Amino acid sequence: MTSLPEARAGAEAPGTAPGTRPGTVFDPAAEAAKATAAILDSTLHGTARGVVVDSPPGAGKSTLVVRAARELAAAGESLMIVAQTNAQVDDLADRLATADPELPVGRLHGADSPPDPLLDRHESIAKSSSVAELRGRAVVLATAAKWAYVKDIEPWRHAIVDEAYQMRSDALLQVAGLFERALFVGDPGQLDPFSVVGADQWAGLSYDPSASAVVTLLAHNPGLPQHRLPVSWRLPASAAPLVSRAFYPYTPFRSGTGPGERRLAFGVRGDGGGPDRVLDEAAESGWGLLELPARHTPRTDPEAVRAVAAVVRRLLDRGGLTYSGADARPAPLTADRIAVGTAHRDQAAAVRAALAALGVPASVAGGVAVDTANRLQGREFDVTVVLHPLSGRPDATAFHLETGRLCVLASRHRHACVVVCRAGVADLLDEHPSSEPVQLGVTVKFPDGWEANHAVLAHLAEHRVAWRP
Amino acid sequence: MSVLQALARAEAVAGGRAVPGATVLHRRLSARPLVLAVLTTAGEAGAPLGALVGTERDAPRLLVVPQPLDRDLRFAFFAELAGIMLPLLDAYGERTETEPATRNREESQLCSDALQIVVPNAATVEYVRLIGRSTRFLRTSDDPDAAYPVPAPLPLLGRWLTHYAERARTPGSSLLLAMTDLLARHWTTGQSTLEDQHLGALLGWIDPPPGTDGAAAAARAETGRTPDGLLVSPPAGPATDPRFDNRLLAPALARFDAARKAGSGVARAQAELRRLVESQLRPVWDDVWHGLDLLRALPEGAHVEERWKRDRWSFTGHHDRVKAGEPPQPRRDDAIAAAQKLAGRETAQARLSAQEALDDPLAMASRRLSGEAFSGVVRGVEEAFSEGRRPMPRPLVTVKTDDLPQAEPGARAFRAVPEARSAQPAELVSVDRDPEPGAGRDRNPDDGGADRSDAADGSGSTGASGGRSAAGRLVTVRLTGGMGNGRVPKEGSVPVPGDLVTFTFFEHEPRGGPSLPDPEATPWTHGGPPGAAAAVPEAPDPVTAEDHL
Repeated sequence: MTSLPEARAGAEAPGTAPGTRPGTVFDPAAEAAKATAAILDSTLHGTARGVVVDSPPGAGKSTLVVRAARELAAAGESLMIVAQTNAQVDDLADRLATADPELPVGRLHGADSPPDPLLDRHESIAKSSSVAELRGRAVVLATAAKWAYVKDIEPWRHAIVDEAYQMRSDALLQVAGLFERALFVGDPGQLDPFSVVGADQWAGLSYDPSASAVVTLLAHNPGLPQHRLPVSWRLPASAAPLVSRAFYPYTPFRSGTGPGERRLAFGVRGDGGGPDRVLDEAAESGWGLLELPARHTPRTDPEAVRAVAAVVRRLLDRGGLTYSGADARPAPLTADRIAVGTAHRDQAAAVRAALAALGVPASVAGGVAVDTANRLQGREFDVTVVLHPLSGRPDATAFHLETGRLCVLASRHRHACVVVCRAGVADLLDEHPSSEPVQLGVTVKFPDGWEANHAVLAHLAEHRVAWRP
Repeated sequence: MSVLQALARAEAVAGGRAVPGATVLHRRLSARPLVLAVLTTAGEAGAPLGALVGTERDAPRLLVVPQPLDRDLRFAFFAELAGIMLPLLDAYGERTETEPATRNREESQLCSDALQIVVPNAATVEYVRLIGRSTRFLRTSDDPDAAYPVPAPLPLLGRWLTHYAERARTPGSSLLLAMTDLLARHWTTGQSTLEDQHLGALLGWIDPPPGTDGAAAAARAETGRTPDGLLVSPPAGPATDPRFDNRLLAPALARFDAARKAGSGVARAQAELRRLVESQLRPVWDDVWHGLDLLRALPEGAHVEERWKRDRWSFTGHHDRVKAGEPPQPRRDDAIAAAQKLAGRETAQARLSAQEALDDPLAMASRRLSGEAFSGVVRGVEEAFSEGRRPMPRPLVTVKTDDLPQAEPGARAFRAVPEARSAQPAELVSVDRDPEPGAGRDRNPDDGGADRSDAADGSGSTGASGGRSAAGRLVTVRLTGGMGNGRVPKEGSVPVPGDLVTFTFFEHEPRGGPSLPDPEATPWTHGGPPGAAAAVPEAPDPVTAEDHL
């Protein structure tokens, strides 16, 4: 071994994966292909009834689902696909039909919820609210809620369950009789399913109906093969290490792009104001924290909401350009590539109103997406502006500390993420250590939201722009 | 906490007494509820010390366990409780009415009323569950193999208590009610929800004695002591006041034990214990009835009767299962039962939220504030028709409102129509700012108090406030049903300009989801049918060093 790698061994060498020998260049495409091949092998040739795939944000989960579906169909297997929302089902159907226009696809839907008209452009997609009309299609897709109504039908040989970590155990119970074997794909770091009524009486039971479907599945079938996608294609090199460390401490992943490959630049120079300074910081480093003076505020903190709107306005005004690779041509940063994420719906509504007042179209076709973490799950943007869930709060409740909420908000962007927050969140966290009761028999979930929040805050502190509006 | 509740708490603090949290009664209060106040023994799980129980305010039955650690005495207590409750349960179970057949159900017999149990607080509901769990599997003298047989009615009492405690988990049910929950639902105090668990303090805020205010009355209930050191308002159970335990109860128990050993003076020692236990329970008993008085002053909500009927179904179902000789409820739910219960409770919760809002303008106000509903005056109605071979009326109704609906165009909306069987469906078309704001300029509720000081800063962009402080909005919805089958809408089915209307974005009669598989068809993901995996019995806990401390 030459001395060069040894000299670099202490510092984290760019381009090396954790655990690989220093100097070995990490080839994201090769690693991802290796993982995908193993997953497809388990699914097509394995003996286990289930295969679980953990996928970090933007690791090509949908691509994997489409690929697995095509290969299963090519092998002559009948296949059903279960997703959680109508939008997810429509999106998968669209991708599947685009990838393979010859494949006969069936889109099963509720009588009151017709599929997206976008699917009309595919002749290979048959749409119906009755499963009997679609039984002959090679692949049939529907939401878990719709599948639950399907009864008395010969089971499918194979199923793919998408977003399985967001599916509740009782929803899986309703549909599991419809298939013999299944591939479960999902992101363990995102928001857990929840129930509006108490479900503590079943906590610790392997089939707790309010738990995630994957937790129940693995509790009853501990030997199932589990795979992991190792590369996030969405998150830039500036974000993947933080998100991996803070939210996936035991299952690290890497960015598919190297440092400096993803860039954000502005055509107009900053005016020196807070929003412009934080945008410059975010363009430079991938992260920016716009810190407003400490204060306890109502949920729809008017100052913070205006600050979020101002950042978005400047983002558009300054002619942002995004570079996706080392030699890629720049693409203009348009409104539809920007998202604003909040914790609560009323905050999202307040941001929309503030944006409208600044003349920025929000939550309309081609406009800026403004929504809660729950509804931004699974989506991807170039730049995100996040109103920190704990900003201005006098207390830190389990809802606001939930790991998945922060993880969703911090992992939607391809280029940069700007967080708007009141000062004092670190102190708030220290005053509110997590105090959830420990339930017997429940696997403790890592990382704890409290710890993840601190990890993200510590990182953001290095990109802080203090501003008094 | 909702905005409205935060405001109500602030108002309660400012005004020195609780403010109404509801305009109607949202739970059924039976004309003859069974009130049950229980005390337990410190340090011994599930060992009752005594109870006051009965349906007559002036004639409670006092049950006391003179030595709580003596299991014979404990079972005698349960047997006495069973002797009071089981005849009542039977009497309700026998009075039935005929329920006509529906599409999914044959004609069946439904109990015309059910026994309602009212306990002081949520902790007592848990205690009822614990008693149910500890007695429903006991083996009785009917069982020749029982090593330690208990009196025959005990397991039956346990099954009923288990049923009541389980039903209490269903949102909106009224079979087993905790007085603190009832009062906290109908009044908002100036203390925290945790402090509202104290029945005496809660009543202090709602109905402070003359000459004092809510905060003072609550403080007295929590900490005030008589000259002999006992709490003025003893804990509402099941826990007791430690000072009572140490100073009075422990010596009295010692005297009882000594008397039993000596074989003389047992009756006197027992009478003393009864007097002591009653001294702690009587104030609680009176508080519960005081709470009932306060609640009965409220008119009953319109949908309460319907929810009570579901409670009667639940009561009837359990009564029938007991009569049919079915075994007691299992120790744990299986996968299907758990999923079924959770789904049922989620539906019940959605139904309860919707019905409370429809019954009570205060509850609706809370939903309007969160953007789930809006009220206003109809500004205009535009005739429109659906496309298709047979055009149906789909009128556009524009409502002027000061609410801020939070829904996307296309969202389903519902309107309660008087005398119609179900809600009228509609579809949100648009939400616009009112170009000519009228006189009644209201600030928007979601602005929050910080708005004024922000404006004073002067640096915020002025345009940003435009979206928030505008006086009113024009919301347009398209009515999509409830107008009959003709080309002309049924009379009275379409509002006219000037009408006050409320549209909600939540359904008024949420229905349950699809049925679950049978337990025998439990899928492999959930461990297969129950019993299949039980080939390996549960391993007992290993003995550790701590077991021999």
